[in-house]
Amino acid sequence: MTAIAGNVGGGVKRAALRRRFDPLALLAIPAAAYFVVALVFPLGRLLLDGFSDGDGVGIGNFTRYLSDPYNLGVVWNTLRYGALVTIVAAIGGYAYAYTMARSGPKMQMLLLIAIVLPMTTSVIVKAFGWLVLLRSNGLVNQLLMASGIVREPLPLLFSQPGLIVGTASILLPYMVLPIFGVLRQIHPDLLGAAATLGGSPVYCFRKVILPLSLPGLIAGICFVFSMTVSAYVIPSLLTGAGFKTLSKVAADSYLVILNPVRGATVSLILLVIAFAAVFLAGRVVNRKPGQARA
Amino acid sequence: MIKRPLEKLVFATTGLVLAIQLAPIVVVALVSVSASPVFDVTVGEFSARWWERLWVNRTFWSAITLSAQIAAISTFLAILLGTPAAIAIARAEFPGRDALAALILSPLMLPGIVLGIAMLQGFKACGLTIPIVAIVAGHVVMTLPFIVRSILAALALFDFTLIDAARTLGCSFPRAIRKVMIPALAPAYVSGGIFAFLASFDNYPISIFLADARTKTLPVQLLEFIEESPNPMIAAVSTLLLVLTIVALLALERFVGLRRAAAI
Repeated sequence: MTAIAGNVGGGVKRAALRRRFDPLALLAIPAAAYFVVALVFPLGRLLLDGFSDGDGVGIGNFTRYLSDPYNLGVVWNTLRYGALVTIVAAIGGYAYAYTMARSGPKMQMLLLIAIVLPMTTSVIVKAFGWLVLLRSNGLVNQLLMASGIVREPLPLLFSQPGLIVGTASILLPYMVLPIFGVLRQIHPDLLGAAATLGGSPVYCFRKVILPLSLPGLIAGICFVFSMTVSAYVIPSLLTGAGFKTLSKVAADSYLVILNPVRGATVSLILLVIAFAAVFLAGRVVNRKPGQARA
Repeated sequence: MIKRPLEKLVFATTGLVLAIQLAPIVVVALVSVSASPVFDVTVGEFSARWWERLWVNRTFWSAITLSAQIAAISTFLAILLGTPAAIAIARAEFPGRDALAALILSPLMLPGIVLGIAMLQGFKACGLTIPIVAIVAGHVVMTLPFIVRSILAALALFDFTLIDAARTLGCSFPRAIRKVMIPALAPAYVSGGIFAFLASFDNYPISIFLADARTKTLPVQLLEFIEESPNPMIAAVSTLLLVLTIVALLALERFVGLRRAAAI
């Protein structure tokens, strides 16, 4: 009895009434019905489009799509883009989150604002900002030339390094926040203890901090990866038509060449890739780091 | 504390990240007051002409108005649908409860382009062909998870015996909900509402598939302008959006606290 009451947070009387059917559950009907119509049905149709093969059902669309080397190149390009952005964001994001966790309250708040303000800003505004920065006579090139690193402006816009740094910067908050979430729970005494016992800073980091913060890091990696592979606005603004990712091909199938079956096929491939990443993140985040709190 | 090389590296990286985070938005704001006709930052020379140009640009104002209306309506609808759903998920035991919660939160994780494509086809099959209605219907799918997520978080902390107490003191059940629970959930509505509003206001991937020539939302219009006629007026619009974001964050800090709101 107490277990049931505790489970729902109070009201023993209520728990006894709950045994059969809870009328409160009816409150979920409008939202559930809405989501069935506006989300499940459209996704179901997409699934049907993707798996329709001639008159029957089959995986023909997928095997046909993936047997073309050009299309395989698009899938590979998407995965590569996702991986490179994730690596850059993980390195920058970890350092940033680490500094944030070690800072005093005022500095921490400043660093938090510096990450939340860009995060809440429209992605088009940020991508446009990067477009301005990366132009051949944009600020980045002016800085590089003024400091004597290069003589002539680099073609940063429409280049891979420009795209990767720009995307990593735009998605970085989604890396910083989960890492910061776990790092701030690590008790500072743990580090002191490790250092007292003779661990070098690198050793302490590798053996104490990194393992404890791993759930946050993995969650961030999965979020950033899945957001990068599904990004549309950022690659559209920072690269030319030659750079094809699954989301661009999927969108073009409907907006430009009007080939719904191709679009559904590509969408489903993208969905599987993005969802695999999120699923992995969910598994890791749900695993409670019991020893993280000292 | 003695700065070790590793720590220096971490500090330098943090500084670089900080600069890179702020650079694009600062540059956008500077370009909007630039005296140059291209996207350049001019030093010591400012001009308001791009803002004047924006002020008289009907296309942009109608797009901004449309987007604000869509965001407001879809946030409001999400609150109407989301509040009871969150209460049911938090308080009732029924089969499929976890699945329902996962379903409602799933749009946060799904690729926007895939959602847009699915809705384009799915809504057409349902006979929903009026663009503005379709856009709102699609945006509610994006706004509802934000509302439900923040109400669920607040309900986890809410003491439901307060409702029993109010009823003992003579309140009817709906009145007790209105007078006791809703005020306690107010911060959740503010933070969920702000994020939901911004999610709809900034949404591109769903709108692009559902909009027609007369229902171009701001992001759709903005991207079209960047691709077709790039001039610093776009920077002025972007700066305006930036100001809107800052106002939203100030409201968030005032009513909820940034630290709590950022805990995703």
